[in-house]
Amino acid sequence: MSNSIINVKNVNKKYDDLVALHDVNLSIDRGQFIALVGMSGGGKSTLLRLIANLEQPTSGSVEINSSDSKSLTRFMFQEDRLLPWMSVLDNLSFSSKDKKTKKHAQELLDLVELGDYADHFSNQLSGGQKQRVALARALMTNPKILLLDEPLGALDALTRHKMQDLILDICKKQDLTTILVTHDVEEAARMADRIIVMKDSTNSYEEDCPKNRNAGQIGVVADRVLGEILDEKPVRKQLA
Amino acid sequence: MQKAVSLSERKKFSVPVNKILPFLIPIIVILAWQVSSSLGWLSSSILPSPLAVLQDGITLTASGELPKNLSVSLYRATVGLLIGGGIGFLLGFINGMSNTCRMLFDSSIQMFRNIPHLALIPLIILWLGINESAKISLVAIGTMFPVYINTFHGIRSVDPDLLEMGKSYELSKKQLFFKIIFPSALPQILVGIRYALGVMWTTLIVAETISANSGIGYMANNAEDFMDMETVILCIVVYAILGKISDLVAKSFESILLDWQKTGRSKA
Repeated sequence: MSNSIINVKNVNKKYDDLVALHDVNLSIDRGQFIALVGMSGGGKSTLLRLIANLEQPTSGSVEINSSDSKSLTRFMFQEDRLLPWMSVLDNLSFSSKDKKTKKHAQELLDLVELGDYADHFSNQLSGGQKQRVALARALMTNPKILLLDEPLGALDALTRHKMQDLILDICKKQDLTTILVTHDVEEAARMADRIIVMKDSTNSYEEDCPKNRNAGQIGVVADRVLGEILDEKPVRKQLA
Repeated sequence: MQKAVSLSERKKFSVPVNKILPFLIPIIVILAWQVSSSLGWLSSSILPSPLAVLQDGITLTASGELPKNLSVSLYRATVGLLIGGGIGFLLGFINGMSNTCRMLFDSSIQMFRNIPHLALIPLIILWLGINESAKISLVAIGTMFPVYINTFHGIRSVDPDLLEMGKSYELSKKQLFFKIIFPSALPQILVGIRYALGVMWTTLIVAETISANSGIGYMANNAEDFMDMETVILCIVVYAILGKISDLVAKSFESILLDWQKTGRSKA
């Protein structure tokens, strides 16, 4: 039996005359952490939105191998998209009165180290805190697939680093299949099991990352991936 | 440390000043008015003194005439606003939510909106006479459009990113409306209601002045026939007070319902 949870088959996506995705084929295994990297306009976010069922492909298919594919997939957007009129806790539970739901929301807030902020409004939180709330909200329905569309792009370096660790920790503990779209190849090399380069509207290159990698290995992988994106020879190849 | 102390001291003094400042100009105007009347600079046939107006108010309250007319005007204003505001909200809601409804109704509503509603007075008197329904209808027509336009635009300008988030998190249509669309449009709807309150009083004054046998407008018109300047001024003051109270009520609604816009802890 195949271990793949997401199968993208011959997917094409067009917006009028603009080709966003061309003949993309991809199979993602359960529990894998995938990073989609590439230049702007390469089709990374479009592919993620198709997997999230936020858009439909022009042709081809995206299959999620599960009995209930809908609530198993959760999308974390580039912006936090919190509802400013709701408290942090209500943003997770969508103001549900159900005690179990509220308890679960509080547990997730504790998990992202924001347990004390449950009754705050989102405009009282920093950018990093807002993204942590958005992450907790994405985990509310105990998804099996987490789709992250550059959620750390607007954060400062230190907060970004902490969020990377938090996401990795949660994904590992909850055995989530994760797809992260990012512009940052270092981030991809640090977090992902497998990096996919999106170029010219298709997945042009893949790289499996070593387990328990050190800073040097991360740098080499990042360099190699960057070389593939920019069509340049990697600088740190000799370190590999 | 020195700076912190001086800031907190300044804060202590700034609170009462902030409370007093809005009343400063009305108090000065009333005092100057009273002094001018007492010194004979203002003839009572042109502008009676504030004390004379107050005395008139006390007499009319004791006789029951002012409370009776006030309650009649309040009834007309409230019922008119509820009907007009309700229809305006409903139309704004359906046109905001459905493109088909917007294409069907909005153009006609905009055409109707551009007719000054006070120009409809002769027609409404001919149709409904000078009874309660005529005055209430006029208030309803006047208040309907501000609520309609603001509800419509409030709903149409909901952030599509938030809607996409709601859909991707599988909120039902009912949840999308109550959790995202309505709270997002609420500030704009409240602006419409606040504007409608102003229109409500203006319309009522005109309606009661032209065709009524009760109400504050009627009282002013009747007083004019008897050259009773105190009552005429009293009615104008009553309208000003009613307008201010309406505005305060609208503001308190805003501060309760839009609590989240202020910095501070949520009450959730």
